[in-house]
Amino acid sequence: MAAIQISNVEKSYKSLRALGGVSLTVEEGEFFGLLGPNGAGKTTLISIIAGLNRADAGTVSIHGHDTVRDYREARRRLGVVPQELVFDPFFTVRESLRMQSGYFGLKKNDAWIDEVMHNLDLTPKADTNMRALSGGMKRRVLVAQALVHKPPVIVLDEPTAGVDVELRQTLWKFIARLNREGHTIVLTTHYLEEAQSLCGRIAMLKAGRVVALDETRNLIRRIAGAQLSVRLSRGELPESLLPLVSHLDGAACRTEFTLRINDYAEVEPILAKLREAGAVIDDMHLQQADLEDVFLQIMEGEK
Amino acid sequence: MTGFSTLLYKEVLRFWKVAMQTITAPVMTAMLYLLIFGHVLEEHVQVYPGVRYTSFLVPGLIMMSVLQNAFANTSSSLIQSKITGNLVFVLLPPLSHWDLFGAYVLASVVRGLAVGAGVFAVTAWFGDLHFAHPLWIALFALLGAAMLGTLGLIAGIWAEKFDQLAAFQNFLIMPATFLSGVFYSIHSLPPFWQTVSHFNPFFYMIDGFRYGFFGQSDIDPATSLAIVSAFFLAVAGLAIQLLKRGYKLRH
Repeated sequence: MAAIQISNVEKSYKSLRALGGVSLTVEEGEFFGLLGPNGAGKTTLISIIAGLNRADAGTVSIHGHDTVRDYREARRRLGVVPQELVFDPFFTVRESLRMQSGYFGLKKNDAWIDEVMHNLDLTPKADTNMRALSGGMKRRVLVAQALVHKPPVIVLDEPTAGVDVELRQTLWKFIARLNREGHTIVLTTHYLEEAQSLCGRIAMLKAGRVVALDETRNLIRRIAGAQLSVRLSRGELPESLLPLVSHLDGAACRTEFTLRINDYAEVEPILAKLREAGAVIDDMHLQQADLEDVFLQIMEGEK
Repeated sequence: MTGFSTLLYKEVLRFWKVAMQTITAPVMTAMLYLLIFGHVLEEHVQVYPGVRYTSFLVPGLIMMSVLQNAFANTSSSLIQSKITGNLVFVLLPPLSHWDLFGAYVLASVVRGLAVGAGVFAVTAWFGDLHFAHPLWIALFALLGAAMLGTLGLIAGIWAEKFDQLAAFQNFLIMPATFLSGVFYSIHSLPPFWQTVSHFNPFFYMIDGFRYGFFGQSDIDPATSLAIVSAFFLAVAGLAIQLLKRGYKLRH
């Protein structure tokens, strides 16, 4: 059974169409990335999954439980880390976590609360009032609050925005562990290197629609390929290679350029053409594309 | 059940942690009303035969404090949570609309009654009070607090900023409580205003509550109870519908 099943979800705010028929399936145990520029509809989609927003059309289910009709079962299986840094100023860290645990119907949950706090380095702050915490610490508490009921599906909406390196590492170590233990993780982030290293599969949203959906390595291979950067000490780029150019430095003399290739086998013929044209290579390097290249290509509307 | 009881506990803890503002301050205000109005009017006004004005005033002040604080509790809790964004902590868990309604309203009843008890404690020895019908006292205090807690819930759901909530409070709740006969019997009003008072549900709460003390009232307490109950059921039904639909909460 799918961890999250999203079918034809539509949502508009007055004249703004935030989501235009989104369908996605996240399988159990996946580490899934939801990427897109600001305003693409990521947070709206997450809010609908979490029941914080109601879709105009379409359905979402968590482990087969509809988030509207069967909301209690759906919400029990879902932990959400909201993007906004929110907290309740009346309570300490431990009180906040106990309270959140209680809302999910769990009374004697202190052992797990202690473990979550330990894993997020929150233990020294357990009895500190939320108001007195730094932004990074508040973010940790938000993550902890999403985990108090041991949800099988965890959704993190930009959990590392404005967070220092240390917390990012602590957080990803813990989340990766939860994923290994079988939790399904859905993540949105603007740090594409994080998404690339963590997510097995990625969906990209643009203007409320899914514009790409594949395994991370397939996306990178299929869409961006690799790049060959060359600097010539003599001669210039032959006409026959112009269609491959993705980037040209020193346009006038055409002596520094980057070529896009889909396969390493294309390297040899390119070198041969350069040799035939009488060019001599001064420097050259081959670069595997990364998620950022894919992201930019897709968002600029290229294929 | 534990989701509901946790939310109830949290809502009670929330006002208890700032008890100076939420309990002591309204008790102080009520005492000032009693000292000033009691002192000025004691010699001039007698509402019920054999009942001193100060004695007449005490139950009205208690009830007014109960009502205003029950309203303040739900409305301020909700608007603060909405504006700071921490309402998500309550919206994400599997709490039903019944859980939300019950916990918020019950917590406001607790606050209303706590303030009412405080006002009673500090004002009771100013006027010699009787407890003609204690059950009526308890019944009207409970229903009144629940009704205002529910109205506060509706106001908190509806309002998007403090300004709108203040409008609801100052132009609806305050006039309705002040003009309900806290400081006077409606029989002392001109006929037109007596009629107007009969459309004010708050009037029946205070009148019925006062009956519990003196065994005298402007209206038959059973009629008041029926009217207050009907009004409570109507606003409770509305509040539950709003929560169920997620009006302005899950938009």
